[in-house]
Amino acid sequence: MSRTLTAMADSTPGGYGSEPGPRPAPGPYISAVTNRTTNLVIRGAMLFSVGVFLALVLNLLQVQRNVTLFPPDVISSIFSSAWWVPPCCGTASALIGLLYPCIDSRLGEPHRFKREWSSVMRCVAVFVGINHASAKVDFANNVQLSLTLAALSVGLWWSFDRSRSGFSLGVVIALLATLATQLLVYNGVFQYTSPDFLYIRSWLPCIFFAGVITMGNIGRQLALYEHKVALEKTHQD
Amino acid sequence: MTLRERLRQKISAAFYHHGLLCASYPVPIILFTSASILTCCYPLLRLPLPGTGPVEFTTAVRGYASPSHNPLGDPVERPDWYRGPPVAYIQQVLVKAAVSPWGSNLLPVDAFRPPLGQVFTLLEEIRNHVHSDSSGVQSLEHLCLQVTDLLPGLRRMQTVLPEHGCLLVSPGNYWQNQQELFDSDPDLLKTVQKHEPKGLHTSATLRDLLFGVPGKHTGVSHYSKKRVVTYTITIALSTYDAGFLGSLRARLKQLHPSANCSLGEEHMVHVHFKEEIGIAELIPLVTTYIILFAYIYFSTRKIDMVKSKWGLALAAVVTVLSSLLMSVGLCTLFGLTPTLNGGEIFPYLVVVIGLENVLVLTKSVVSTPVDLEVKLRIAQGLSNESWSIMKNMATELCIILIGYFTLVPAIQEFCLFAVVGLVSDFFLQMFFFTTVLSIDIRRMELADLNRRLPAEAGLPPPKPGPLRPREAPPPPRPSPHTITLQTPAFRNLRLPKRLRVVYFLARTRLAQRIIMVGTVIWIGILVYTDPAGLRTYLAAQVSEQSHLGDPGGGGGQPPHLGGMAPVFPGGDPAKALSVLPAREATPLPENQSQRHLAPGRVQEQPRGPPAATQVPWGAEDEEGWRRLSFRHWPSLFSYYNITLAKRYISILPVIPVTLHLGPQEAPETPRHPQDARLPPDPIPKFSSPDLQAADLTLYKVAALGLAAGVLLVLLLFCLYRVLCPRNYGQNGVSHGRRRRGDLPCDDYGYSPPVSEISPLLLRGHSMDIECLASDGMLLASCCLAGQIRVWDAQTGDCLTYIVHISISLGCEGRDPCVGGDSASEDEGGGFPFRRHAPPLRPPLFTDQPDLTPLIDTNFDSRLPPSSVHAAPPRGAAFDYGGLVERAYTEHEPPSPAAYPSPSYSSSPPTAGFANCRRSPVEAPDRGFACGPPPAAEWEGSVWAMELRGNLIAAGRSSGKLQLWDAVEGSLRCSNEEGASGITALAFLNNRIVAARLDGSLDFFTVELNKPPGLLQYRGAPGRGSMPPSPCYSSDDLISCQLTRSVLCAHQKPITVLRAAAGRVVTGSQDHTVRVYRLDDSCCLFTLQGHSGAITAIYIDETMVLASGGQDGAICLWDVLTGSRVSHVYGHRGDVTSLVCTNTCVISSGLDDLICIWDRSTGIKLYSIQQEVGCGDSLGVISDSLLVTGGQGCVSFWDLNFGDLLQTVYLGQTSDGQGVRQLLVLDNAAIVCDFGSELSLVYVPSVLEKLD
Repeated sequence: MSRTLTAMADSTPGGYGSEPGPRPAPGPYISAVTNRTTNLVIRGAMLFSVGVFLALVLNLLQVQRNVTLFPPDVISSIFSSAWWVPPCCGTASALIGLLYPCIDSRLGEPHRFKREWSSVMRCVAVFVGINHASAKVDFANNVQLSLTLAALSVGLWWSFDRSRSGFSLGVVIALLATLATQLLVYNGVFQYTSPDFLYIRSWLPCIFFAGVITMGNIGRQLALYEHKVALEKTHQD
Repeated sequence: MTLRERLRQKISAAFYHHGLLCASYPVPIILFTSASILTCCYPLLRLPLPGTGPVEFTTAVRGYASPSHNPLGDPVERPDWYRGPPVAYIQQVLVKAAVSPWGSNLLPVDAFRPPLGQVFTLLEEIRNHVHSDSSGVQSLEHLCLQVTDLLPGLRRMQTVLPEHGCLLVSPGNYWQNQQELFDSDPDLLKTVQKHEPKGLHTSATLRDLLFGVPGKHTGVSHYSKKRVVTYTITIALSTYDAGFLGSLRARLKQLHPSANCSLGEEHMVHVHFKEEIGIAELIPLVTTYIILFAYIYFSTRKIDMVKSKWGLALAAVVTVLSSLLMSVGLCTLFGLTPTLNGGEIFPYLVVVIGLENVLVLTKSVVSTPVDLEVKLRIAQGLSNESWSIMKNMATELCIILIGYFTLVPAIQEFCLFAVVGLVSDFFLQMFFFTTVLSIDIRRMELADLNRRLPAEAGLPPPKPGPLRPREAPPPPRPSPHTITLQTPAFRNLRLPKRLRVVYFLARTRLAQRIIMVGTVIWIGILVYTDPAGLRTYLAAQVSEQSHLGDPGGGGGQPPHLGGMAPVFPGGDPAKALSVLPAREATPLPENQSQRHLAPGRVQEQPRGPPAATQVPWGAEDEEGWRRLSFRHWPSLFSYYNITLAKRYISILPVIPVTLHLGPQEAPETPRHPQDARLPPDPIPKFSSPDLQAADLTLYKVAALGLAAGVLLVLLLFCLYRVLCPRNYGQNGVSHGRRRRGDLPCDDYGYSPPVSEISPLLLRGHSMDIECLASDGMLLASCCLAGQIRVWDAQTGDCLTYIVHISISLGCEGRDPCVGGDSASEDEGGGFPFRRHAPPLRPPLFTDQPDLTPLIDTNFDSRLPPSSVHAAPPRGAAFDYGGLVERAYTEHEPPSPAAYPSPSYSSSPPTAGFANCRRSPVEAPDRGFACGPPPAAEWEGSVWAMELRGNLIAAGRSSGKLQLWDAVEGSLRCSNEEGASGITALAFLNNRIVAARLDGSLDFFTVELNKPPGLLQYRGAPGRGSMPPSPCYSSDDLISCQLTRSVLCAHQKPITVLRAAAGRVVTGSQDHTVRVYRLDDSCCLFTLQGHSGAITAIYIDETMVLASGGQDGAICLWDVLTGSRVSHVYGHRGDVTSLVCTNTCVISSGLDDLICIWDRSTGIKLYSIQQEVGCGDSLGVISDSLLVTGGQGCVSFWDLNFGDLLQTVYLGQTSDGQGVRQLLVLDNAAIVCDFGSELSLVYVPSVLEKLD
């Protein structure tokens, strides 16, 4: 997002031609930002990178869960997960982050609740915290863990989203993701140490739900910039 | 009224009173809060410092029993980790062996080869020891800690560390615990060295693990002076059997008695290890902290409209942090010890507690009416937000309580901390932050008060107490025409130091460079320490030069060491089997091992006391493990994937073993044939790889430290240079001195000649000057009296003047003054002509000079002098009509009802001022309201004037557009097609654009009735940015035709009109800016973005368009696309003028603040506090020189740094006069509207200095 801001600011002094045409061609940046496709690509790339980063970090948390002391070659364990996990998460988060504002505009009810970056940051922090808790806190049994995480996820939605479309989309995507994971594990691509919900851990849907809410939050915030640009475009007569 | 509403009211009232309290007694409340914070944090002192160092606990060996899991009773002196059995009991057998007496026939290798050889004997002894008592037969196999595989990443250690068996390590592991391998090893030191890791290592190395003592204490080297070899055999036991250990101890002591050893055997030490944080664990932690900082950044960025943003942001962070500390402290006080990792949960606690309330409070308080008292503002702001704050807090508490009932200990603890933290955060917000906010608001108001002191002199005096304004001493007024160096106290410029730091960093790319240097150093170290790198190469060179380099090179390695030879006990089942039957076959416990030992080569038993003096035993040997790295045990166990984190091990007292080898026995130990080839005398180059390594490490650390120190010094130096403001002055001085020789007047800053900058006074106007226009060569001014004077901008000579009165007199032949005066406002239809009659008035009003003193005295007597300065010029203009009427009433009081006077003439002066300031309809522009001159009413007053070529275009209140010849002073043309008053004019090339009061926009074309080929062009003077303007000769017949009239250009009156680069930009009170093309008067864009009337517009030839509105916002637009590129809120109140340069935007507002913004980023660089009433007078001479007007002076500022360069006083007598208009000419002369005089200031020196 900061890149957008700086780019937006940087491009202001340049691009003033002096030809007094009837409808002069807009500057390269303006046209780039106002161009829907480019904007979409930029947002998608940002969301993708955020997703990859979060996937790496959170996967590391999960990997650590049983291992506290690391052999000296610890750096390699950062990428201990399979190579395809971060790209998958990145793609998924990009899709989700683009889907949320799209659905908002389709439904015609723009999301107005706490639209600012500090709130988004808080949301991300809580999401990481949920993951942290699932990895670090020792629970008595799995049901308790899953229930706690479910409550936390719903609390996340209530604190930062509060839109019905967000909730339903989150639930649907979480269910789909859980199904996909089940299939993956069933086919033996990877596995969980102590599965308690068919082949996976029962808290996985909650994590998915919280992740969907978080990425949707980020996506909406990013879309706000495009919205602003579009608004200005319509204002210019 | 429902309960909810009642509750809400009560809460609101409580908050209101609380706000009053906080704002009334800020200092006691802050003291009280600090005291309570400190009190609550006091229990934190008792908490252990965070760290991963191990903790020890000592118990007696006698009567030791493994502690139970749940401690019953006796909680004293037992740390809470001392529960349950330890991970392992560590039994160390400390062996000190010496060859004595040292014979001359011995090689240096003999100092350690025989002692090391003894380890195999000892190992066998220990392994085969069996103790039997009533409970049964105990052997080491049963008691020891059985380990399994090494971690997969440690394949190379498989040869030296035991697997699948007892965890028993000794130096013998280097040779797979086999005497034969040891005997056939040609170079023991090389074998030992081979396993050492490369590079810098602080943790335990394999050598430390196997020897059990720090490397330099082992004595295994060619250089050991003492020739005493020390090593340990370390046994990890899983269960504690006092009988077995006792018998082992007794047996070993009996075999190898240590005469002078007095090591204690009474105490065992339990060592508890904290959780270790690896890099992999740090990454999520760092991520959470990054997110936390982003959150804090985005939150505190929203704090706005306060005196000190940074101060309040700091206060907000302090509030949250100290509430966390308080929460931990309180929890500790009530007996709840934190078990969670504080660093991990801290970010989440901050996020849970949040900064939202603080921001909401700030916003609410800031948005209260400014004119209220500070106390009331705080109280109102608090009570406005009270309900939402309480609601949020209740919600959060509920959520946390729900979390508490999950009954998971970790979550419960987190929730407990969060609850206490929330409550203490609320407390701190209410007391600490609110008070800080009140102080900040008060400071802001004080600053305002200081600025507006003259203006508010007529108001009731401010509150006593903390509200007392500090009287700023008036600036010392030097003699006229001199230049002061001192910044007057009024001009408190906020130096943007932090911006300078940032810019310095950005400019010099310091961070990147440091990173690059660090990378280079790091790469260098890597290259040096890489196995295939420089170091090996150097070592190879060294060993080649020393003649005893290993002839076989790598091939000289004993082949067995590379293989996967089974480690002694566990790996080889056959061997284990061979041991076991032997043990079973011998039930004799004590002597059983001796029988095995008997065929051994050395029979140590008879020896002992004779050479005992040579092996020293000291107190430091008692707990020799203390000298090891504290990671020693964790790393040893971690190789087997056993973590010691949050667990403990028990270290049993060491068993001392002394070995004395006589000189005759030492050679008996089979020497390897290559041993003889070793030099008899130590050669420094070869001998001590370990010493070398240690030295290298030392050098590396020293070099790194040195580099870091140098970097630090450089950094501090740079910071000093950045932060030291004198720097810039010094630069200027050196610059000046360098050029002093060729430019005598350059050294402006020091001992300037008095006459260097002497303002040229242009006198002649009898009243205040309202309109100024210039085209670089000529200068036209129009005063309240309607007199237009034309000056030569170079010399200051008055070329001509146009007096409207004479013309109107000549035209109409009427009594000019009376009718024009009373009926000056055009909407009054029927004038009371009867007022013309009284003979008293002509002496009063017929000629101007007589009128002026009368008006002036009236002005001064009616108004406090400060109000005159505070009033914008148009205010004075409006009251003028009323004052003239008062003059009438004084001389001949008529019936008041007879005057159909305009509404504002009857209002009291101060109200009239307020009216002028507030209502844009009456005061849209500075050119709008020239006072009603005593000219004929059909002429109207001049509201706008432009000068191009030698034509003066004057727009009048009657809607007339007149063109005058500037040189001859004759009326060339007049257009009367419009009825509404012309509020603004733009004259570009041969087009004139006039904006009228009714919102219409007229485009006129000036045509010469002459072939255009005869049109002469005059070269543009000065910088040449102006297009050449046609020079109209006096012979031509000039006609001005209305080409197009845009009837409804705006819904409301047009306030600003600017034209440049073929565009006409209008700003109106309907909140929009419109861009027209000058050629065909086609509207290109309507720019929306302001939430108030447009008050200032800037456009120049490079098509930079900026607009400012009554909402205090400044927008930058892209003229080509009509999109808004930047939007900042800069002023409290109207933006009065705007200027752009290549890099920045300069704006001034009604708050008398001049703000300089970075044009590309929209960040405020700094602001300049102006004097009252001079806020909108500013101009830019070059890209780096700003001119502002003050009270009787103009100041020059360096635009890049915000430094005040110079202040030029315009005159001696006119102290109270403010510079209200400022016009920058092309030849860098500055024309100031200075009362009724104009000042022409040339600034050649400044320009030369800056160019």
